[in-house]
Amino acid sequence: MLKINNIHASVEDKEILKGINLEVKAGEVHAIMGPNGAGKSTLSSVITGNEAFEVTQGEIMLDGEDLSELSPEERAHKGVFLSFQYPVEIPGVSVTNFMKTAINESRKAQGLEEMPASEMLKKIKEKAELLDIDRKFLSRSLNEGFSGGEKKRNEIFQMAMLEPKLAILDETDSGLDIDALRIVANGVNKLKSKDNAVVLITHYQRLLEYIVPDFVHVLYDGKIVKTGGKELALELEEKGYDWIKNSVK
Amino acid sequence: MELKEKLISSFVAFEEGLKGEHERLHDIRLEALKLFEEKGFPTKKEEAWKYTSLNSILKNDFSIIPKNETVVEYKEVKKYLLSDSDTYKLVFINGIFSSHLSSTTHDGLDVCLMSSALTKPKYKMIIDAHYNTCVDKNDSMTALNTAYATEGAFINIPKSKVVSKPIEIIYLSTTENQALLVQPRNLIIVGENAHVQILERHQSITECSVFTNSTTEIVAHKRAIVDFYKLQNDLDTGTLIDNTFIKQKQESRVSVHTFSFGGKLTRNNLNFYQEGERIDSTLKGITLIDGKQHVDHYTLVSHNQPNCESHQNYKGIYDDNSIGVFNGKIYVDKIAQKTDGFQQSNNVLLSDKAHIYAKPQLEIFADDVKCSHGCTIGQLNDEAMFYMRQRGIPKKEAKALLMYAFTDEVMQSVKIPELKTKVARVIAKKLGVSMGFEI
Ligand SMILES: Nc1ncnc2c1ncn2[C@@H]1O[C@H](COP(=O)(O)OP(=O)(O)OP(=O)(O)O)[C@@H](O)[C@H]1O
Ligand SMILES: [Mg+2]
Repeated sequence: MLKINNIHASVEDKEILKGINLEVKAGEVHAIMGPNGAGKSTLSSVITGNEAFEVTQGEIMLDGEDLSELSPEERAHKGVFLSFQYPVEIPGVSVTNFMKTAINESRKAQGLEEMPASEMLKKIKEKAELLDIDRKFLSRSLNEGFSGGEKKRNEIFQMAMLEPKLAILDETDSGLDIDALRIVANGVNKLKSKDNAVVLITHYQRLLEYIVPDFVHVLYDGKIVKTGGKELALELEEKGYDWIKNSVK
Repeated sequence: MELKEKLISSFVAFEEGLKGEHERLHDIRLEALKLFEEKGFPTKKEEAWKYTSLNSILKNDFSIIPKNETVVEYKEVKKYLLSDSDTYKLVFINGIFSSHLSSTTHDGLDVCLMSSALTKPKYKMIIDAHYNTCVDKNDSMTALNTAYATEGAFINIPKSKVVSKPIEIIYLSTTENQALLVQPRNLIIVGENAHVQILERHQSITECSVFTNSTTEIVAHKRAIVDFYKLQNDLDTGTLIDNTFIKQKQESRVSVHTFSFGGKLTRNNLNFYQEGERIDSTLKGITLIDGKQHVDHYTLVSHNQPNCESHQNYKGIYDDNSIGVFNGKIYVDKIAQKTDGFQQSNNVLLSDKAHIYAKPQLEIFADDVKCSHGCTIGQLNDEAMFYMRQRGIPKKEAKALLMYAFTDEVMQSVKIPELKTKVARVIAKKLGVSMGFEI
């Protein structure tokens, strides 16, 4: 589904990604771990087309199609979703209106009619229940004054609404309490199927107990320096990153 | 001949053409003309006009006195109106009343013509009591209007009358080859405990220079509620100087929303005078302009009595080479204790070449007051843009959604649903999107 070949990316002439290769197949869950500043969020920005980063080399393919010339919205229309590490506050736009607009713009791009209001309401209700989100919450301004945990939960609500093919969850677990983590993980698992894929960026093994990865990658200094199975996460949790850093040097 | 000279030398002939006006009017006109003669058109040398120049406009050879009625079909003007039937309407074409496009009344309230108020004996008392009493007599553009104005809206709402439908005051121009100076004059008297909603619009139908110098006086008696809306979306050949003066009595609540979306140059001088206690004055605006458009808001709230409030909230979005000016003055008299004056001006520049000049002016002579002002100037938030685009909302629509959100605070307080929809549509059109935002 997703195939990243030798991606190099920089911001303000500083190279951050230094040749990343990654292949994610439909039905798989990949975890990406790594120390602060390694480039994990940068990788997610580059996959989703954030213009703040410049891709200097390499390619990103989604189902055989090169994404490099596509705008962020076009990538979204192809089913790429990012749960942001730091969701942006948008005062004056309610969660509901934002989702309605997002869904209908995606449908428009696919040549479909707008979703009928009743269907939309039903869907909102269903997904809000899945993530245990109070309806009142949905009429509030997007992310404005949301607690850290509420923001993350709302990201997954949006994922549930948009039903992406490839979901990248950038530290969705940070800021969630135990109950919320379970609800969110459960939500992600429910949305999981053999046709879609999830990339989890995380610092903690505990998320991976709920959403079990097929592969765990370690990203360090702009490169994937180690790949293993779910047991690698446990090992990292125990030993930290130093042994990996040392082995790279 | 320069426009100023032309206006001064034509005055005698102009007055001779007037028939049957109340006697006092001659003195009022003459006095105003004298002031205009002394001061002339405002120039950038004056502090209040520092960023707004009329020079290029004054070069036109204007026709200064309205000619005969021009007939315009209803279907041509329909789109400028709020509704077919559910409003009272005063429609003027090239400064002259158009009876077949209008819907006036004398049934329980007066919604009629300034020309009849200025001549008919039954209105003499009310004209004597109120006409030209709210204005700033030192303002030269208002004085010019006072000297020459003959037509406009006269609205008189008696005590405790709740007007069942909005009143639309629409000035259209259809001039083809002749630049036109139009000087509408509105007088609106809202009686004790009465309630009215009014919409005012100045609109060119044809692309020919029109210079509108409009003056509106509003008297809101005790506990009256007035909601006034100005919709400015003229062609790039239209220039508007709007002088609005509002005198408020005890416990009255007056709001003015100004939507500035078009026109070559628009200057809004909006003046509130509080003459009683527990008054509430609200001034809100959305400015959304591009190209070389220029919008200048010059507001004054004069707190002259204790325990009153004022709320100013202006949102500006400037693209291309457009220029915005916001100058908000809050005056608090020494007896006006417990005044609560709030002023906020938020602006977004969508282009490197757009400019906004914003200046609050607080003159406070009382010691127990709460006054605040704030001004922000920003650009489009890139992070928010990316967030929205990541969710599949295209760039243009994402920008529009952010701009809608930005203006939401002002939109929320529009009390006429049809107007809200209309304004939302104009905003969507200006932003180049067609989408069903619920606002
Ligand atoms: N817009 C930017 N301007 C300048 N430097 C940036 C920018 N964005 C990221 N960087 C830098 O790129 C490097 C990688 O950042 P990134 O956010 O991808 O790290 P991360 O692996 O996600 O870290 P964390 O675990 O703390 O979230 C850091 O050194 C960061 O300071
Ligand atoms: Mg990160």
